[in-house]
Amino acid sequence: MMASSYNAKDEDGIQPGSVGSGGPGAVKNRKPDNTAFKQQRLPAWQPILTAGTVLPAFFTIGLIFIPIGIGLFVTSNNIKEFEIDYTGVDKSSPCFHCSQNYSWNSTSACTCSVPFTLETSFESNVFMYYGLSNFYQNHRRYVKSRDDSQLNGDQSSLLNPSKECEPYRKSDEKTIAPCGAIANSLFNDTLELFHIHPNGNRTAIHLVKTGIAWWTDKHVKFRNPGGNNKNLSVAFQDTSKPVNWRKPVYELDPTDPDNNGFINEDFIVWMRTAALPTFRKLFRIIQKKKDSKTPTLQSGNYTLEVTYNYPVRSFDGRKRMILSTISWMGGKNPFLGIAYMTVGSVCFFLGVVLLIIHHKYGNRNNNADIPN
Amino acid sequence: MAENCRVSITCVYCMLAQRNPPSPAVFPVVRCVLRDLTGFHWLQDNRIKTAKYNAFTFLPTNLFEQFQRFANAYFLVLLILQLIPEISSLSWFTTIVPLVMVLAITAVKDATDDYFRHKSDQQVNTRQSQVLIKGMLENEKWMNVRVGDIIKLENNQFVAADLLVLSSSEPYGLCYIETAELDGETNLKVRQALTVTSDLADDVSRLADFNAEVICEPPNNKLDKFTGTLYWKDNKYSLDNEKMLLRGCVLRNTEWCFGLVIFAGLQTKLMQNCGSTKFKRTSIDRLMNTLVLWIFGFLICMGIILAIGNTIWEQRVGSDFWTYLQWNKLTSNAIFSGFLTFWSYVIILNTVVPISLYVSVEVLRLGHSYFINWDRRMYYSPKDTPAEARTTTLNEELGQVEFIFSDKTGTLTQNIMVFNKCSINGKTYGDVYDEFGHKVDITEKTPCVDFSFNPLRDRKFRFHDSSLVEAIKLEEPLVQEFFRLLALCHTVMPEERNEGELVYQAQSPDEGALVTAARNFGFVFRSRTPETITVYEMGQPVTYQLLAILDFNNVRKRMSVIVRNPKGQLKLYSKGADTILFDRLDPSNDELMYTTSEQLNEFAGEGLRTLVLAYKDLDEDVFDEWMKQLLFASTSLDNREENLGALYEEIEQGLMLLGATAIEDKLQEGVPETIACLTLANIKIWVLTGDKLETAMNIGYSCNMLRDDMNEVFIISGHTSLEVHQELRTAKERIMGPSREKFSGDPDTEKTDIYSSDSVFEETIISEYALIINGHSLAHALEADLEQILVDVASAHIGVGISGQEGMQAVLSSDYSFAQFRYLQRLLLVHGRWSYHRMCNFLCHFFYKNFAFTLVHFWYGFQCGFSAQTVYDQWFITLFNIVYTSLPVLAMGLFDQDVNEQYSSRYPNLYRPGQLNQLFNKRKFFTCTLHGVCTSFILFFIPYGAFISAVRGDGSQISDQQAFAVTIATSLVIAVSVQIGLDTNYWTAVNHFFIWGSLAVYFAILFAMQSDGLFNIFPNQFTFIGTARNSLDQPVVWLVIFLTTVVCIMPMVAIRFIKTDCYPTQTDKVRLLQQATRRQGPQEQNLRRVRRTSSRRSAYAFAHQQGYGELITSGKNMKVTTSSTSTCPLSSPEGRPGTRGAPDETTTEGETNTTGFKREFDQNKDMMVEDLEAR
Repeated sequence: MMASSYNAKDEDGIQPGSVGSGGPGAVKNRKPDNTAFKQQRLPAWQPILTAGTVLPAFFTIGLIFIPIGIGLFVTSNNIKEFEIDYTGVDKSSPCFHCSQNYSWNSTSACTCSVPFTLETSFESNVFMYYGLSNFYQNHRRYVKSRDDSQLNGDQSSLLNPSKECEPYRKSDEKTIAPCGAIANSLFNDTLELFHIHPNGNRTAIHLVKTGIAWWTDKHVKFRNPGGNNKNLSVAFQDTSKPVNWRKPVYELDPTDPDNNGFINEDFIVWMRTAALPTFRKLFRIIQKKKDSKTPTLQSGNYTLEVTYNYPVRSFDGRKRMILSTISWMGGKNPFLGIAYMTVGSVCFFLGVVLLIIHHKYGNRNNNADIPN
Repeated sequence: MAENCRVSITCVYCMLAQRNPPSPAVFPVVRCVLRDLTGFHWLQDNRIKTAKYNAFTFLPTNLFEQFQRFANAYFLVLLILQLIPEISSLSWFTTIVPLVMVLAITAVKDATDDYFRHKSDQQVNTRQSQVLIKGMLENEKWMNVRVGDIIKLENNQFVAADLLVLSSSEPYGLCYIETAELDGETNLKVRQALTVTSDLADDVSRLADFNAEVICEPPNNKLDKFTGTLYWKDNKYSLDNEKMLLRGCVLRNTEWCFGLVIFAGLQTKLMQNCGSTKFKRTSIDRLMNTLVLWIFGFLICMGIILAIGNTIWEQRVGSDFWTYLQWNKLTSNAIFSGFLTFWSYVIILNTVVPISLYVSVEVLRLGHSYFINWDRRMYYSPKDTPAEARTTTLNEELGQVEFIFSDKTGTLTQNIMVFNKCSINGKTYGDVYDEFGHKVDITEKTPCVDFSFNPLRDRKFRFHDSSLVEAIKLEEPLVQEFFRLLALCHTVMPEERNEGELVYQAQSPDEGALVTAARNFGFVFRSRTPETITVYEMGQPVTYQLLAILDFNNVRKRMSVIVRNPKGQLKLYSKGADTILFDRLDPSNDELMYTTSEQLNEFAGEGLRTLVLAYKDLDEDVFDEWMKQLLFASTSLDNREENLGALYEEIEQGLMLLGATAIEDKLQEGVPETIACLTLANIKIWVLTGDKLETAMNIGYSCNMLRDDMNEVFIISGHTSLEVHQELRTAKERIMGPSREKFSGDPDTEKTDIYSSDSVFEETIISEYALIINGHSLAHALEADLEQILVDVASAHIGVGISGQEGMQAVLSSDYSFAQFRYLQRLLLVHGRWSYHRMCNFLCHFFYKNFAFTLVHFWYGFQCGFSAQTVYDQWFITLFNIVYTSLPVLAMGLFDQDVNEQYSSRYPNLYRPGQLNQLFNKRKFFTCTLHGVCTSFILFFIPYGAFISAVRGDGSQISDQQAFAVTIATSLVIAVSVQIGLDTNYWTAVNHFFIWGSLAVYFAILFAMQSDGLFNIFPNQFTFIGTARNSLDQPVVWLVIFLTTVVCIMPMVAIRFIKTDCYPTQTDKVRLLQQATRRQGPQEQNLRRVRRTSSRRSAYAFAHQQGYGELITSGKNMKVTTSSTSTCPLSSPEGRPGTRGAPDETTTEGETNTTGFKREFDQNKDMMVEDLEAR
C-alpha cells in the first residue's frame, strides 16, 4: 500500500513547527537540541560484573553473614523457652477429660492442672504465650470476617456492621458486637501459673495482662463505642454477644475499665490474625520484680491451672502454653541464625568456587581478541 | 480495499460536469450541477476528514475501541468477577485503579493525536482554490469544491482534487506535474488534455458553457490507472490516466491549467490510498502475544492446582474447622468451594499478566522514537532535515534487521552526475599531478580550473585539470570536436531566462553533465529549434542545422545526430556504449581504440560511468539517399522501428573515435562505508533497481556491494523458469562446493537467493558471494516459493525513506525517514540495537518481577488452606506495578546502553544477537519466569521460616498476617530494585532517581497508608494501621529482609559472573574493552576507510529514454514564445512507482518504456470504451 497514512500537513511539506509562523525570518531550525539527554549522552555509571567486584562481594557477604548468624544463633540459644502442650490428647494427660466433653455451651467450666518443671530459672521478664496449631486464622473468609469500623468504635457500624461479618453479624435480631468469625472464636482458656515450692506450698505467680498488644492497636485501631463513656454496658446496648462467648464484650475484664470492651488486650491480640496456621500469641507477662535478686521464675515445679474452654480437638488442633524470655531479636528463633550462617558459608564457598573458576577458565584478558 | 470498492459500487460511477443544464436529449443520465441554485449535496465535496473523534463521540468511541483490546477486556472481566462477594479475593480498587490509569493514558494519547489530525484537516480544507462559478473565477475553500466543478490551477499549486485536464497554458494542452506526493518520483510527468478541450484554453465563458458527462470507474486507489469516457457534443472521448491530475500532485512549469473535478475529498486516489494503515507488529510483539497466552494457560493451571488443593483441604481440614468458620450452605460443598477458589485465585494471580505491560511497552517505543528524532547525528543540516520516526511501534525491530531492500535511485546515489574525466584522442584529462609527476588525490582544496574566460559558464562546475583548458585554448581540433560533439549530440532543452543564465533541462543527468561540461569548456549549447542548434563556440555563435536525431534506445545503446555546420559540411556525431561504438569504428582507429579502451578500464576502475564519442564526416549524396529512405521508413506502418533501426545502423558505420567521457555518479556521502559496515553486521543487502544490468553492477561495485575479493558473482538472467532454476542451482552448488549437490527444487535451500521484488535487477551479498538476478528471471525464480516469500517479505517490513532525495510520499509511507543513506547505519546499529536491547531487558525484568510478585500467593496457598488469601496488603497489590516498580524498569528501558554508540558502530557484529533473536525468546522467557518463581519461593519461605516463632523485642506478636505482609512486600520491593540495579548497565541520574525514588516512595506510601490519619477516615480500607511502624522497628524484620534480598540476588550474580567470565558474549567483551578504554582515556579512533577497489569495466550508463529525439524534431515541446519558462520535462525511467508497492503489480517492461509523448498521437481518435465493462 502506498500512501499508508495520509497527513495533510505533510502534503504541504510544511512542518508542524513552522505552520503559521509568519515571515521567512521565523523559520525554525529543525536541528535537534544538543543536550546530553536528547543525544543520550547523559553521564552514567556503567558497572560491569567483573572478578574484581563480584568475588570480593561474595567474600564480604560471607564474612558479614557468618558472624551475624553466629550472633543470632547464640542469642537465640541463650533465650530460655519452655513449652507445654495441654491439649489433652493422650488419656494420661491431665486435660484429657476436659478435651473430651467439650461444648461451647457448657456452663460449668472444666478445669485441669498441668504440672511441669522448669529445669533452669528464667531471669528478667518472662512472657507467657498460648500457642495454637492447625488453626487457620489466615483463611480468607476468616480474615475478612470482621468490621474494623465497628471495632474502632464507630456508632453506625456498631449497630449495622459490614456484610463481611456474616454469618456472625446478627443473632436474635440484635447486632453482634464484635461481629464476625474472628471475634466469635476468641481464645477463652484461662491460664494460671503456680509455683510449687519444695515444701509443697503453691504460690500464684502474678500475671500481668496489659501491655501485651501493640500500642497502635490498643490506642488507635480499637476504640470502644460511645467515646469516653465509661459505662460500657450502655454503649453496647442493643448489641448481642458473639454466639460462642459466655459473656458480652463489656465484661471481658470488668476489673479494669481501660482493658474492657473492644480495647481488651486479650481480644486485641486475638484479632491480630496470625499469618500461619501454627502460631503463638502473647497471653501474659510475668514481670521481674524490681530490685530483686531472685529470678523471675526460678527452677522448680510449677502447675498450670487451665480453665479449659477452647475446643480444638475437632480440627486436630493443639494448644500450648509457652514461657519465654526475650532478647533484642525477640523470642527464640534458631532459624535466622542458622539461615545466616548457611547463606554466609554458601556465599563464601561460592566465592572460592568462582575464584577457582575464574583462575582456571576465566577470560582474564578479554580485550585481546574481539573478532570483527 | 480496492476489492471492497468494486463490490460495493456496482454501477459505474456516474457524474457530470457542468453548471448549466445540459440538454436532456443528449445526456440521458446527466446530473446537472448548479451549485449556486440547488443543493446537490449528494455530490461528493472535497472535504477530507482523517480525524476519528469529535468532542461528543470521543469518550464512548475511544472506550469502546480500548475495550476491544484483549488485555483491557480481560481486566474488565476481572473487575466484574471481583464484584461477586463469594469470589472476590481482592478489593475492587486493585484492578480498577491500574485499569483506569491505563485507559486514561491511552485516551490522552489518542485525543492528542486526533487533535492534530483535526488541525491538519482544517488547514487543508480551508486552502483556497479558484473555482469557476457562474462564469466567474472565484476563490473557494478546498472543502467546498465539488465533483463537477471546474477549477483553475496555477503553477506550483497543489492539485485540490482528482481532475480531468481540460486545457493548459502550454501548447497541445500539455501540463507538467510532479507526483512526488503520490509515488515518490521527483521527475516531472506530462499530462495532456484532449484536443477538443484544450481548445477551450482559458476562455472562461466557453469553459462555463462546457457541459459534458464523464462516466468513469468507481473511486479506487490505483494511482496509475484511470478509465473513463467523456461525452460531449455527441462525441465520446476515451479518458485515461494521462489526462488526469491527481490530488496531491503539484503543477510545475505550467502557468495555468483548467481541470474538471472527477473525484473529490475522500474519493480521490490519494485518500483512497490512505487510512487503511496496516498495523505493523514487531516480532517481539508477536512473541509477547504468544507469551501472554502462555501466561494465561499458566494462570489457569495454577488456579486449577490451587482449586484442587482447596477441595482437598476443605474435605480434610476445613470441614473440621466449622466451629470457627461457619459458612453459609452455599459454600459448604468442598467441590463448589474449590470452584469458587479457582476464580478467586484467577483474580489474585492476574498480576502475572501485567496490565501495565502494554502501556509500558508503548511508552518505551515512544521514547525510543523521540531519541531517533532528537539525534543530531542523523540530522542533515544542508537540508535542515532531522531523522524522523514516523511509526512508534517498530523500534526494537530495527535491532533485528536481516535484510535491507534498497531502492537504488536516489537512495545510494545522489543522482548528481559530475563530468570527471575524459580521454581525447588517447590522452586522458582530469587527473592532477604534482611537480614530480605523481598523481594527487583530488580533495576540496585542490585548485579548480579557472573558467572565467567564458562568460556563459556554469559557476558550479568544477574541474581540476588545467591542461584540458590549455588544449582548448590552443584550439586543438580534436579537443574542439570533442566538446562540439558534446554540445550537439543530446536531447537537452536549454532555457535562458535572462541573458547568460542558462538552465539545461536534461532528461537524464548524464546528458546534463556532459552538456554542462561542454558549456564550460567553451562550447555553449545555447538554443535549439526543431531544425537548428545554436552553439557559442569560444564566444562565437555558430548555428548548426539539425538534420536528424538517431535516437537512443536500449538496444542501440547510442545516440547520434546529423548536423550541417555553417561551412556546409555534414557531420554525424555519435556517443554511446564502448562495446557498441568500438564495433562501428573505422579500422584506421584501431590503435587509438586500444589506448582508449585501456583508459576506459581505468575510468571504470574508479567507478566512473563512461561513454565513447565518435564522429563521422558524411557525404552529401550518401546522406541524401539515406535521408530519403529514412523519411520513407518513418512513414511506413509496418516494422517502422526495425526499418529505422536498420537505417541508423547503416549510417553509423566507419566512425572516427574521438575519445571517451567519464562521469561520476556521485554516491551519497558515506554509502560504501555504510554498506561495508552493515555487511559486517551480517545484514544482507538487496538493491532493487530499475537500471540496466551494467549500471546496476557498476553501482554495486562503486558502493562496495560487489567487491573484487568476492569469490564469485552470480548473474541470473534466464528467461524461463527452468533456466532460472538451473542457474540458481548451479550457483548454489558452486557456493556449497561439490560435496553437497542435491538441491533440486527444494525451496529452503534457495532461501538466501530468492527474495521478492518487482524490479529489474537485484544484488545481494551472501558472505563472499553476490547474486544478481535479472528482472525477467526474478519472476521465475520466485515462482516456486512465491507464497512463502510473500510471507517473509510481509514480515520484513520496516520502511525507511530517504527524505529529500525521493519525493515526500516515499517518506510519508515510510516508518522512518532521514536525509542520508549513511544514517541507516546509525539507525540500525545504534538506535535499533539499543531499542532491541532495552526492550528485551525490559520484558525480561517485567516478567520476572511480576512472577516474583504474584507467585508468593501460590506458596501461601499451602499455608492458608488454599483460601485465596492474599499475602500482601491490597494497596500494595494495587500500586506495586504502577508505582513501586514501574519507573526504574521504564528508566532502564529508556536509557540503558550496554555498549555506547561509538562501540556499537565500531563493532557491527554486536548486531548479531538481535538477528538471532537471542535477547528475548521463549527460552529467555522461561529463564526469567523461572527466576521469578524462584524469587517468589525465597520471598515466601525465608520470612515463613523466620516468622513461625518470631516475636517482637517487647514480647508481643509479630508473626501476624499484616507484619508478615509488610515484611514480604518490603523484601520484594528491595529485591526487585536490586535486581533492576543489576540489570541496568547505564546508571544515569534518572535511573538513580527512579530506583532510589521508588524505594523512598515505597516507604513513604507504606507509612502513609498505615498511618493513623487515613485509618481514622477509612477504617475499613486501611486496616494495616501501624503495622509498618511495629514491624519495621524490629531488627529481626530487617534481618529477614536483608537475608531474603541477598538470597534472591546472589545466585543471579554468580550465574551472570560465570557467564561473562567463562563464556563472554561479544557484547561482554566490548563492554570490558569500553571500560578499560574509559579508564585509560580516549584512544585514537582508527576510522575504517573503505577503499573502492574495482576493476570492473563500466558500461554505457545512460539513464536514458527513447522518444525524445522525435519530440525535438517535431518541435512539440518547444514553445512559440522564446521567453518560455520551461519546455522539456525531466524524466528518467528509474524508480517506477511499483517498487514500493505490492509485488504482484510488477511490470518488467522497463526497457521499452515509452513516455507519454507517444500517446499524444492517438488522442484524436475516438476510442471505444470496452474496458469499462471489464472493470
